[in-house]
Amino acid sequence: MDMTDHPAKIVQVADVVKTYQQGSVAVHALRGVSLSVEKGEFTALAGPSGSGKTTLLNIIGGLDKADAGEITVDGNRFNEMRDSDLARLRLYKIGFVFQSYNLIPVLSAVENVEYVMLLQGISRKERRDRSRAILDDVELSGKYDRRPHELSGGQQQRVAVARAIVSNPAIVLADEPTANLDSETGRGLLEMMREMNVSKSVTFIFSTHDRMVMEYARRLVRIRDGQVADDILK
Amino acid sequence: MHTALAWRNIWRNPRRTAVILAAIIIGVWAMIFLGSLMRGMAGGMVKNAIDTLTGHIQIHQKGYRSDPAIEYTMTDPEPVLSDLDAILPPGSDWAGRVRVHAMANNARHSAGVAFVGIDPETEPLVSFIGPETLIEGRYLQKDDSNAILVGKALLEKFETHLGYKLVLMAQDADREVASRAFRITGVFDAEMAAAEKGFVFVNRSAAQKMLKMGRGLSEIAIVLPDREKVPATAEILKQKLPDHYEVHTWQELLSAIAGYLEIFDGFMLLWYLIIFIAMGFGIVNTILMAVFERMREFGVLKALGMRPWWIVRGVLTESCLLLLLGMAAGNLLSLGSIFLLSHAGGIDLSAFAAGIEYSGVSRIVLPVLNRQDLVTANLVVFFLGLLISLYPAIKAARFTPVQAMTHI
Ligand SMILES: Nc1ncnc2c1ncn2[C@@H]1O[C@H](COP(=O)(O)OP(=O)(O)OP(=O)(O)O)[C@@H](O)[C@H]1O
Ligand SMILES: [Mg+2]
Repeated sequence: MDMTDHPAKIVQVADVVKTYQQGSVAVHALRGVSLSVEKGEFTALAGPSGSGKTTLLNIIGGLDKADAGEITVDGNRFNEMRDSDLARLRLYKIGFVFQSYNLIPVLSAVENVEYVMLLQGISRKERRDRSRAILDDVELSGKYDRRPHELSGGQQQRVAVARAIVSNPAIVLADEPTANLDSETGRGLLEMMREMNVSKSVTFIFSTHDRMVMEYARRLVRIRDGQVADDILK
Repeated sequence: MHTALAWRNIWRNPRRTAVILAAIIIGVWAMIFLGSLMRGMAGGMVKNAIDTLTGHIQIHQKGYRSDPAIEYTMTDPEPVLSDLDAILPPGSDWAGRVRVHAMANNARHSAGVAFVGIDPETEPLVSFIGPETLIEGRYLQKDDSNAILVGKALLEKFETHLGYKLVLMAQDADREVASRAFRITGVFDAEMAAAEKGFVFVNRSAAQKMLKMGRGLSEIAIVLPDREKVPATAEILKQKLPDHYEVHTWQELLSAIAGYLEIFDGFMLLWYLIIFIAMGFGIVNTILMAVFERMREFGVLKALGMRPWWIVRGVLTESCLLLLLGMAAGNLLSLGSIFLLSHAGGIDLSAFAAGIEYSGVSRIVLPVLNRQDLVTANLVVFFLGLLISLYPAIKAARFTPVQAMTHI
């Protein structure tokens, strides 16, 4: 199967297997996962703890390597890529939002957002303008110069989302972005993500085991024991 | 922004930063300040040796160096002496002396000494003896034919006093034993005990007369305005002087000390390296600790697409800032210490080490700051500091994002 013929398919995962060796025990984190995600989707990976959600997101993001199977992101086949190519792909095409500790503590909100663009070599003025604009979009205008510890958990996650989307990546991967937030704040964050998904057609894949979060998803992929259990398009 | 980020990172844990800075400051201080004392000691040793009747260059009758006996007297030094001022660089000083081995005796004691006949006016310009080194009595005068100056140590050894007689016995130019009594008119103090015990000084004309040398001289000692000019001047002298003279530089006369000075730069470098090793362990450990604490952050950075090399550069930028800060403070502290100690008149080592005056080292050590040492010490700290910081930097760059994320 040639997967590079479908430009609308941002992510293609085919028969991915990942086994961790924990001492003498082999942990089968992923047992043949196949999934494809199209541009503009707002997809949730749901499943109980230990089902393999984080492992799958890490592999799609090129942070971890699959033992078998093929991954293609925005036309780039991981099997043919070196670590430095993967780093480059992450820098330009993939945004990440983690559960917590996303931000660099010594940088202000606006600097955290700018940092990715700095690594991309974008000029100072453009960096500043774009990061302020994106912070306005996530409703953090006026908080540009706050350090992470001066922001609430919800605000920090908004900065993380802003940083993930500021350089127009092909996809944003979010691993339980709301897990450390209360449900009200979590709802707000999801609404904001959905808003970015609609207005800027940013493609999101996020993981969760929160029923409320699943409600927001346009597509719900259930993972169980390292396999796709079902895949519902709403 | 990279530098700003590094700057903020080093102040995240002020206490740890203070520890690293203290290590660097103490290290730099030990290198520069203690190094300047070592230089001062070595310099003092050379100066003492040169002052102790060596000078920068000496002229003798050929053969005197291997056998300093009266046979090798420069019997007619006048032509040489009259040319000397024209040959030597301006500002040079020279003095001609009679110098023979002699036995000094009084009623109770006897000892071998160097019996030196000096020109009281020119000798102080080229050696330690002079009105200032006298602690008792008076210096030689031009027409003193009976006066002798002895060192304090010899005076004590001989259990004698100012105004008492001392008998000198030596072989004269006719190979007869000449003997004569002098009266002790002055007692001198020298940096080195050996000089206090080993030399007695009389008027040159008195010595010439006693030893039947006519106007002959044993040696001419020359001191140049600048030690750097020694090799070139010695070369010129060798060319211009008649063949029956020999010319030696202080390096040839004091070959042990000159050899020591030659390897001294090596000692200094070794000293820097030893201090650096002690300091380096502290720096590496502390930076390593900081890096491990920020593992998760490095994981996030890698997830954002940061290349390992950029992480190495980031950590190195941080240690570069720490090194520069520590070096700035360390240099200031060292220069301050050197300045204060110089103004306080140096350190009196005799308080720390009994018998130091026998070792050739001055009792009083003044710090000597050498620009070369200053540069070398700073280069060692900076470049080796960066080099060893590579280890924690590479460690930081090696964390994989997954490792980093699952480690907390
Ligand atoms: N680095 C690792 N080493 C060993 N085993 C691992 C590692 N990472 C994950 N696993 C194992 O792989 C399985 C899948 O883990 P994963 O983190 O992907 O699950 P998850 O669905 O994200 O769970 P959670 O909802 O708790 O975050 C688990 O059994 C886990 O223990
Ligand atoms: Mg997980």
